[in-house]
Amino acid sequence: MNYFAGNFDVAVIGAGHAGIEAALAAARLGQKTVMFCINLDSVGNMPCNPSIGGTAKGHLVREIDALGGEMGVAADKTTLQSRMLNLGKGPAVHSLRAQIDRKAYTALMKHTVELQENLILKQAEVVSLEKGEDGWHCITRLGADYLCKTVILATGTFLGGKIFVGEVNFSSGPDGMFSAEGLTDSLLKLGIPLRRFKTGTPARVLRSSINFDVLEVQPGDEKIIPFSYKTEKTPENTVVCHISYTNDKTKQVILDNIHRSPLYAGEIEGIGPRYCPSIEDKIMRFKDKQRHQLFIEPCGADTEEMYLQGMSSSLPEEVQIQIYHSIKGLENVQIMRNAYAIEYDCIDPICLNASLEFKEHSGLYGAGQFNGSSGYEEAAAQGLLAGINAARKNQGQEPIVLSRSSSYIGTLIDDLVTKGCADPYRMMTSRSEYRLLLRQDNADERLMPIGYEIGLIDDATYTEFLNRKSAKESEIERVRKLTLSPNAAINKKLEELGTTPLSTGIKMAELIKRPEVSYFDLAEFDNARPELPYETALKVETEIKYEGYIARQKAQVEDMLKLESRRLPLDVDYTEVEGLRLEAREKLNKVKPENIGQASRISGVSPSDISVLSIWAQKRRMENK
Amino acid sequence: MSEKTVAAISTPSGEGGIGVIRISGKEAIKIADTVFKAANGISLCAMPGYSAAFGYVYDKEEQIDEAVATVFLEPKSYTGENVCEISCHGGQYVTSAVLRAVLAAGAQMAAPGEFTKRAFLNGKLDLIKAESVMGLISAKSREELRVQLAAKRGKTSEEIEKIEAALLELSADFAAYSDYPDEDLPELSADNFFRLINFAEAELGSLLTSFDSGKILREGVAAAIVGKPNVGKSTLMNMLSREKRSIVTDIAGTTRDVIENSVSFAGLNLILADTAGIRQTKDAVEEVGVELAKERISSAQLILAVFDSSDELDSNDKEILSLLSPDNTIIVLNKTDKQPKIDKAVFGGFKTVLISAKNGEGEKELENAVREITAADKINPAAALLLSERQRDLVQEAHSAVTEAKNMLKSGFTIDAVEVCVEEALSTLYTLSGKRVTNEVADEVFRRFCVGK
Repeated sequence: MNYFAGNFDVAVIGAGHAGIEAALAAARLGQKTVMFCINLDSVGNMPCNPSIGGTAKGHLVREIDALGGEMGVAADKTTLQSRMLNLGKGPAVHSLRAQIDRKAYTALMKHTVELQENLILKQAEVVSLEKGEDGWHCITRLGADYLCKTVILATGTFLGGKIFVGEVNFSSGPDGMFSAEGLTDSLLKLGIPLRRFKTGTPARVLRSSINFDVLEVQPGDEKIIPFSYKTEKTPENTVVCHISYTNDKTKQVILDNIHRSPLYAGEIEGIGPRYCPSIEDKIMRFKDKQRHQLFIEPCGADTEEMYLQGMSSSLPEEVQIQIYHSIKGLENVQIMRNAYAIEYDCIDPICLNASLEFKEHSGLYGAGQFNGSSGYEEAAAQGLLAGINAARKNQGQEPIVLSRSSSYIGTLIDDLVTKGCADPYRMMTSRSEYRLLLRQDNADERLMPIGYEIGLIDDATYTEFLNRKSAKESEIERVRKLTLSPNAAINKKLEELGTTPLSTGIKMAELIKRPEVSYFDLAEFDNARPELPYETALKVETEIKYEGYIARQKAQVEDMLKLESRRLPLDVDYTEVEGLRLEAREKLNKVKPENIGQASRISGVSPSDISVLSIWAQKRRMENK
Repeated sequence: MSEKTVAAISTPSGEGGIGVIRISGKEAIKIADTVFKAANGISLCAMPGYSAAFGYVYDKEEQIDEAVATVFLEPKSYTGENVCEISCHGGQYVTSAVLRAVLAAGAQMAAPGEFTKRAFLNGKLDLIKAESVMGLISAKSREELRVQLAAKRGKTSEEIEKIEAALLELSADFAAYSDYPDEDLPELSADNFFRLINFAEAELGSLLTSFDSGKILREGVAAAIVGKPNVGKSTLMNMLSREKRSIVTDIAGTTRDVIENSVSFAGLNLILADTAGIRQTKDAVEEVGVELAKERISSAQLILAVFDSSDELDSNDKEILSLLSPDNTIIVLNKTDKQPKIDKAVFGGFKTVLISAKNGEGEKELENAVREITAADKINPAAALLLSERQRDLVQEAHSAVTEAKNMLKSGFTIDAVEVCVEEALSTLYTLSGKRVTNEVADEVFRRFCVGK
């Protein structure tokens, strides 16, 4: 009883953060695109924290923006409060994080999608995915058959979703949405192995039931830097957040009730995120820790719901009440939505190519939580690349694969498809070996030329970027040449800053290299200094101060690129390569690395295996000549 | 790598009690079985690993030698592959004949260093251990053998691993610091940073020192015997060499050229030079010899200055004395078998040993003096030592990166930049141990191996 619903270039299943970027990118690249969502009121929903960014995640958002994605633009327009995290810990780890009005964000994103040319948004549940001779058939529960050249799976926590609250559990998507059923079987039929991951979210509570008088206030930054390079109107802080801590009583409640946790009782089979644990997990895992910090964040400008960051739980509702009530300031808190854990189907991303296309299924792509990651930003980053690559495949172009040394996005995708993930993958600065190069401040320089080349960055934005870059470069040049002579005023300033006064003339750039001195400190001794935007001035400071270390890291990149440039054939059966250990043969066959560098990052492949592989590849090249 | 089965003679060429032909690779046992017939009639292929059989080696029908075949099954062998070692009688002809038979049976000639290369590639050895194998083979003295053995057993690797662990801990602390700003972690304690970084710096520093002290073990000590004519330099040379290397006569000025001999003495490899006696001379040939002797005084690492204890110092002695430094000179007072006349006070500040080269007395004392002055007595052969320029360069690189990281921490530089240096140090150490292998490194190491090892 199916009916033919039309031909499309790209279909996107799921309209969360991954789906939106995928669909927008494909449509903007001229592809006739359809995006399915179980409920159109959940397009771009934030079912967990009402914030975007954070350590390393902030980097991802800026990179998405530099490539022409949407997340940063929408976040800037719906920001309630913004902070640059890790100030004082160095520019490599500065990370933007913004509290977002989640309803406003969802509405804006949905509207952006609706207005997008070439893009159709459909409320429908895809229950079957079939490979036909002429493309992929996406069949909905109501029998509509969409024939698509490429399909992007971005099902998030909807696929086979199951919610757990203590002893209670039931099939459900996030935030009271239906779960997606049916598609799972269809994927299994295609031979795609699925597994269960889980994640969780804390309660939402009523603002007026919180005693703010006893809580620490966390204000936003005075000087806000937006996520998007396109944002002209800098967001303003309109709210504050608050901080509280768990205590001995919280711990006792959890210890007394831990047997009622579905995770500890063994009812949840899914693996949870190691780096975003529930409160009961934190208490059980870090028994010696006296207290755990939590943040109380508003969910929006026109709602009284407050989010309790750091307090996710899958304990029974009555236990949740006791837990929250044990915390200072929350003694009488009223829960509006309870905390829960959600379990869902996902793949081991090792079965994907670096383009996010399935190795075994041409034209089928995965993105977001479906690929085993966690987090809005990680999802959006993959969605963007999957959308770009699906479009490029239809257009007969090579896929875009970002290198680890170019971006956190490249690092994220390389980690996923090379190492796979044993638990929901969260981006962290420590995942990158090139932190000092991959700063949030230079995402535009790293990626905007690529975004422009792909066709997602328009001429105006690109021209502005080039101007910004050349202003920065000429200022750095000027500061390098400018000599400061010793005088009473400057030496007084230097002593105030806690550094040695001058006895002879010095180049200003050299002075900025001292840890105690900043570019801004020297403004009063620099009459010719041009008026620069704050962000550009910050870049000047960073690039001068860290010049030597940036150069060292670039040298390390060169080393790696040598290994990356040694390509491996993709049509090899590694069980036939003599000298490799058994485990290495299996892993190499699974991953089918594209080069020696990628092979060396596969866990279970040892340096001696890499030596064998290098020699084997060398020989093979010589034989093929 | 191991698709070929390779073979080579693994014992030094020339006469020897036993010669060993080693065969390694998938077909090693099968190939050995075609050339070797056990006396008890059991096929080598039927034998378990770590077992041996006595029997005969044949080239086709012709019996070449009687031998013992030892079977090792993968992965429990030196190379990690199937290995058969045929121990036959030593000697150029027999070993070559056995090898020819093995090659005729299907093995290929092993390339230089191939056995160890295979051991490395099969994960049996790390790079440092592989390098020490090379050192073991060419060890020229007892002490050197001991340090190379220590390195082979993993002493140096262990030491490097300890440093790696400290740097990793540091790196993990840094990561926690920046990745969990919300976690209310106690501000990272600078004490712990400095404890770890000081540890790494000190350990790397002492490894570097070990390279300098280990150098005399690896490369030997260039030593010169000097003195005026006829004080017994050549007799001393012969005593140390345990052979008649220099011509000894009572005629002053017999030795005119510099005669060199490499001797194992005091646990060290001394590259000993016997020089012409230093004196005022009108003989043009002798004068050239005297000049050469003086040159040796300035170039040698160790000088044995010989004086006749049965005579008083003359102007020649005094001239020689004026050329010497107590830092690298041992005053050898020879001819203690005669009545002493010399005034020992003039050698104040110098290490002085009494000997009778003719009677072989005082050798023990001289040995101790040599060990002290070369600091060989300070080297702990069981400790971690760096044994090659490659190792030293990498440790030097890691050491400067760690020192820089430490200075940056001290001056208040942000952690993200400090980390660049810490990770550079780590990655250098990974290169050293072969945890991060590059073709260049592997090739360089194996290029220096000789066939069969």
